[in-house]
Amino acid sequence: MPIAIPTLDWTVIAPVLIVTGTSFACLLLDITPSRAGKGHLAGVGVLGLAGALGVSMILWGGPPASFQQMVALDDFALFFNAVFCVTTGLVLLLSVGYIRRQGIEAGEYYILVLFAAVGMMLMASATDLLIVFLGLELMSLSLYVLAGFFRTRAAGNESAMKYFLLGAFASSFFLYGIALLYGATGTTNLGRVGAALAAPGAARDPLNLAGLALLLVGFGFKTSSVPFHQWAPDVYEGAPTAVAALIATGSKAAAFAALLRVLVAMRALQADWLFLLWLLAVLTMTVGNVVALVQGNLKRMLAYSSVAHVGYMLVGIVAGLAPGGPAVLYYLVVYSFATVGAFGVILLLERDGRMEEAVDLAAYGGLGARHPILALVLTVFMLSLIGLPPTAGFVGKFYLFSAAMRSGFVWLAVIAVLNSVVAAYYYLRLIVFMYMRDPEGPEVTAALTPAAGLALAVAVWATLQLGLWPGPAFALAQRAIAPLLP
Amino acid sequence: MLLTAIIFLPTLGAVALFLLDRRDEGRLRQVALAVAVTTFLVSCLLWIIFDRVKPGMQFVEQRAWIPVSGISYHLGVDGISLLLVLLTTFLTPLCLLSAWSQITARVKEFLISMLLLETGMVGVFCALDLFLFFVFWEAMLVPMYFIIGVWGGPRRVYAAVKFILYTMAGSALMLLAILALYYFQGQKTGVYTFDYPTIVAMGLEPGRQGWLFLAFALAFAIKVPMFPFHTWLPDAHVEAPTAGSVILAGVLLKMGTYGFLRFCLPLFPDASVAFAPLIFVLAIIGILYGAWVSTVQPDMKKLVAYSSVSHLGFVMLGLFAFNAQGIEGGILQMVNHGLSTGALFLLVGMIYERRHSRLIADFGGIWAVAPVFSAIFLLVTLSSIGLPGLNGFVGEFLILVGAFQVSRPFAALATAGIIFAAVYMLWMYQRVVFGEVRHEEVRRLTDLSLREVVTLVPILILVVWIGVYPKPFTAVTETAVAELITVVKAKTGLAVGFSRP
Repeated sequence: MPIAIPTLDWTVIAPVLIVTGTSFACLLLDITPSRAGKGHLAGVGVLGLAGALGVSMILWGGPPASFQQMVALDDFALFFNAVFCVTTGLVLLLSVGYIRRQGIEAGEYYILVLFAAVGMMLMASATDLLIVFLGLELMSLSLYVLAGFFRTRAAGNESAMKYFLLGAFASSFFLYGIALLYGATGTTNLGRVGAALAAPGAARDPLNLAGLALLLVGFGFKTSSVPFHQWAPDVYEGAPTAVAALIATGSKAAAFAALLRVLVAMRALQADWLFLLWLLAVLTMTVGNVVALVQGNLKRMLAYSSVAHVGYMLVGIVAGLAPGGPAVLYYLVVYSFATVGAFGVILLLERDGRMEEAVDLAAYGGLGARHPILALVLTVFMLSLIGLPPTAGFVGKFYLFSAAMRSGFVWLAVIAVLNSVVAAYYYLRLIVFMYMRDPEGPEVTAALTPAAGLALAVAVWATLQLGLWPGPAFALAQRAIAPLLP
Repeated sequence: MLLTAIIFLPTLGAVALFLLDRRDEGRLRQVALAVAVTTFLVSCLLWIIFDRVKPGMQFVEQRAWIPVSGISYHLGVDGISLLLVLLTTFLTPLCLLSAWSQITARVKEFLISMLLLETGMVGVFCALDLFLFFVFWEAMLVPMYFIIGVWGGPRRVYAAVKFILYTMAGSALMLLAILALYYFQGQKTGVYTFDYPTIVAMGLEPGRQGWLFLAFALAFAIKVPMFPFHTWLPDAHVEAPTAGSVILAGVLLKMGTYGFLRFCLPLFPDASVAFAPLIFVLAIIGILYGAWVSTVQPDMKKLVAYSSVSHLGFVMLGLFAFNAQGIEGGILQMVNHGLSTGALFLLVGMIYERRHSRLIADFGGIWAVAPVFSAIFLLVTLSSIGLPGLNGFVGEFLILVGAFQVSRPFAALATAGIIFAAVYMLWMYQRVVFGEVRHEEVRRLTDLSLREVVTLVPILILVVWIGVYPKPFTAVTETAVAELITVVKAKTGLAVGFSRP
């Protein structure tokens, strides 16, 4: 019998295909032995990501299209494609010298990073729960392996095992939630799920509520919201610093993108998940900030600070899609640049000549005097994370709190704003060490490569530019949210 | 363009310094000083061109900045802010001069921080858009934090962190109040904007003003500082380097009182009137408590720091009397305090440079050893006390006249505060300058150098000028103050004075 080949609209998944193709190209190139190391794979990766970014920009503003109802091409997906391409590109640039110095250079590293990027892009474009899961798993499995790249270190193995075990649990919760929703509504397509949930009586159906709850657990893990955040500090600490940067920014952004799409589909159940998210936001901000106060290891501190920033972004989601959505998207961009930048500076520094990474606070004593440019760069990122003008972090927080006030969540805004002040303490502590303390312990050297320098320059420029002229970027974020609005 | 030039000239100077070689410290200092002096001269143009009769804002600049959020780059000065802008641009070159020999490590970063701080401070006084105001307000914290934390005394890190966290906590709630104003404005008129004149014109219902007033007032009360939010001040002032202390006391504290005048009174007139008794009480406590604590301080710098609490209590008393004398006296006293306390910090810094001690007990008999220093110190002390003929008297007198019309008991208590001010200042002066030389190290002290005299003389000229002929300075503020009082009275139906205990 004749097989009907469905008409496929390849342009919808063009950016994803480009990155996938790039990763396959890297796989092939990896086979050829090279005495100069595997750095060229990073170059190929960056080129591929730049190509995907270019294609995304060309497709921007076009009519929304769909690939078999499963993957959508709308401004929302394209916005996130751009975020992932830029973030992953920065991570690749930072990784090149770093993994060579740490002795873990392997072609698989770059390939896995590209795979993770593909997973992220799929998660952001998915309009079907199974594709969300597919993207989630692709991204997560790549990141599990990357987290354990320090094969010979106990901390590395612990990081990978924790991430894998807890992540597998969370993914299975997520899958079970999808199954329950499928049982209740008969479909996994987000649009049709939303329609089914809007039917009278659906809001009280325990199957729907259970499905929603399990999905939120899965998302909670991926975004490292409290109380699903326990993996974050250990994973960030044990993973290679460049990988920690990717986990902190890319995987969170992907999770938020998917979460926004799912919440839009679950609009009928808003009365239920709004309060849950409110609670999640308050817990996440507060626990993240308070525990970060006592961290002496910089990577753990940044892990808890990421948790706190997730809390601020959840405030934006609670504020509603129209006022809060663009703020969340804008904040994701701002936060990604600052976090990638901060991790980027950390991975450049090493103590005792390659013996160990400079991740404890004491290692940063006197950095302002010995490496003034790096210290200044790190200070800019810290100021952005605190949320002080004229950095982008201030504008991002401003938009988030503005949305919360607009929607009437005054107490939430008050809690968020006070949390920001508390958070200032531990970011300032790093600045204190850099400028107001003397160096102690073995000497800290900086291994700056042109690639890493370029990545940091881009991050600093973005942080300041988005802080002084946020208008155009915020307008882009508003256009990106538009496809999700009813 | 004039205001933008005054605000960003120091920033351009900071960029220029950034590009210079950090080892050529002499040239760095000269460039920074040149930039600061140029900024002052340009701001003198403001003084000359300013129309003293025309009401409303002058030198207005408005340009769209983030139109999608209703934020514009809106600047302007009136009589209230003009004097403060001039105070800022006047004190900054003097601070840089004082830091000539005092700051020897990381000179480049220090000068850049001072210039960026000047940008932030002038920006705060000129901003007419609430978002822009908040940006300058917060942005100014970072250079001040570095100035205290890097170049300060032994407990500088504690003082710097306390300063920045305390101020940020206050401003955090102010940000939410600004957002609330934005939304009220938008809901009422359909136009969402952060523009200050538009929001003032809108007028807020009395019922909604209470919390917003408190949010703004908290941020400003921490800055002033009013009792009980003053605990950051002694640490920050004492640990900061001399230049930092001068600019902190001279300008940063005024940002709090300016905030009350510019935002709390016009935006929340009913709440201001309702809370005025509380402000009065806190102001009186500040005056008396600040004076009493100053009296028992063994450290000169801490004594001057607490005296700031006392002096600014007077200013708050004047501002919340809601009459012309009170507010004009308050503004004038802001300038006076900036000058006299600035000079006091400069003098304490100079003597610390020589003896490396600020304890009163380590001095005595300086009169015989350093007469020029002692004479200048005497003049500044008398100015701080409020001796008639010098600037402090004019400001305090106007404030007391204004307060007296509103509440006699409070005015009487405030007058007692003047006596206490005399007590602590004169007692300190006597122990430090008069009497026998008790310590050998004092005998070896050198008198003021030419550079130090040049740093102090401009302040002394102004001290005497304002004291003898204050009219040019009060004339500038008259129209703006009258306008403000009219606005407040119209919105609240306030007659002269209000019922007092």
